[in-house]
Amino acid sequence: MTPAALPDLATAASAVERRELSPVELVKGCLDRVAARSAALNAFIAVFDREATAQAKRAESEIQNGRYRGPLHGIPISVKDLVDVAGALTTSGSAVPPRNPTHDAPVVAHLRRAGAIIIGKTNLHEFAFGTTSEDSAYGPVRHPIDPSRSAGGSSGGAAVAIVEGMCFGSIGTDTGGSVRIPSAACGITGLKGTLGEVSCEGVVPLSETLDHVGPLTRTVTDAALLWHAMMGRPPRPPQPAESLWISTPRRYFFDVLDDDVRELMAETIRRLQKAGHTVEDVAVAHVERIADVYLHISLSEAAWYHAPLLAQYADRYTPPVRLRLEMGRYIQAEDYVRAMHARSALRTAVDRALEGADALLLPALAIAAPPIGAASVVVGDTRHPVRALMLRLTQLFNITGHPAIALPMGIGRDGLPRGLQLVGHRGATDRLLEVARAVERQITGGAGSVGGGTG
Amino acid sequence: MDVDAWLAAALADAEARGLPELKPLLETLARSTQALRDADAEFGHPAGAGAQKDNDSDPTAEPRP
Repeated sequence: MTPAALPDLATAASAVERRELSPVELVKGCLDRVAARSAALNAFIAVFDREATAQAKRAESEIQNGRYRGPLHGIPISVKDLVDVAGALTTSGSAVPPRNPTHDAPVVAHLRRAGAIIIGKTNLHEFAFGTTSEDSAYGPVRHPIDPSRSAGGSSGGAAVAIVEGMCFGSIGTDTGGSVRIPSAACGITGLKGTLGEVSCEGVVPLSETLDHVGPLTRTVTDAALLWHAMMGRPPRPPQPAESLWISTPRRYFFDVLDDDVRELMAETIRRLQKAGHTVEDVAVAHVERIADVYLHISLSEAAWYHAPLLAQYADRYTPPVRLRLEMGRYIQAEDYVRAMHARSALRTAVDRALEGADALLLPALAIAAPPIGAASVVVGDTRHPVRALMLRLTQLFNITGHPAIALPMGIGRDGLPRGLQLVGHRGATDRLLEVARAVERQITGGAGSVGGGTG
Repeated sequence: MDVDAWLAAALADAEARGLPELKPLLETLARSTQALRDADAEFGHPAGAGAQKDNDSDPTAEPRP
């Protein structure tokens, strides 16, 4: 068995456990893919060739000596360059002077203890403050299917690394959708758990009360394996849930969608109903205010973190990111508190929409990956700002803290992937993964799909 | 400070700091701030009109400090 033939992390782990494949071969296979494709797509900022190879040899020796640690042992993983890895600069995709951490972020330390091999750090939208990964001091992350398009963001390099077989799992961050948006744009799976479940210590903050850390993978099972390990728990795969009750919040969330997203969502719902699951409409209160609440919280908190950096290095930021940060410095305290108060009402609104249901089902991204440099796109007969449209369906669940996962749901007529989103009850990320596993089975037949799905 | 006055002050400050390109962003932010303020009643502001009315209608309620 060769690394290139492996469809996902769980299959690679199984081959390593059975000693059919060495971690050394796995790491080499991934590094070869990085060497072949990363420069064209700007997926990685740093690659740890020597360290990863040395770690792979140690893992190989441990496994041969009967000290197998579990499904992440010897598995190559990438880390978004917003997360501290000891001994490597944390650039945040910026020309602003980087952090030089001496300790791994807890999430990285947990992965290492589980046996994962960190092969490098992935490119991103500067300081995670954008949805396209095009504003980066290391160049724009390019979409693997159409390099003239964005890979989504801000964890764009993390998504590309999965699609291109450069690693078997990526660690990303999600403040308004930055794991789920690139996952949907690139046709992979991306999870953020309940707010606070995975430590954000050792991660450069964007908005401290909205930030999440989560995995990007090829399948729901892979996401579950990584998610457990990221919290220091033994990795275990989810069992698919039976007889689901799924609620679809159509108002607002289905109002602005491109035709392919709309048709693939309808097809997904038909498949779920045909399989015996119940899918019914539900309303979420206060949805018209989501963007206003998000804007006032995220801008204020980002401005607070960046104030001392802006005082010294304003000219080193990319102009769009600098301007958004400067905008945040004008928000009045009264309006930040107002948004935090509204946040509580939105949290209750999502709790109520979930009453009696296993999950909410909605699209993850209203459009396909947009062209790099596009400020706006046309949906229907209306032109929309790219940033607002890309955040539109995901940011609510950062505000409310509910766990949410993006899954591929098919390919549009333009050849580009589209993604759906499932949202679970707060504190019940495990259950959401079981629901997602069942939905994935209806869409892809259970194997997950890179860049694919029903289409 | 009301939103109009805030916007005028913010635009003047941005201009003085050599950031005139902030103007459209601040105008967008102003619209969003006004929308958020207009939603006080929807989100049940604790001292909003509805809350004050409830308080006034309760004969046992203590006067607000």
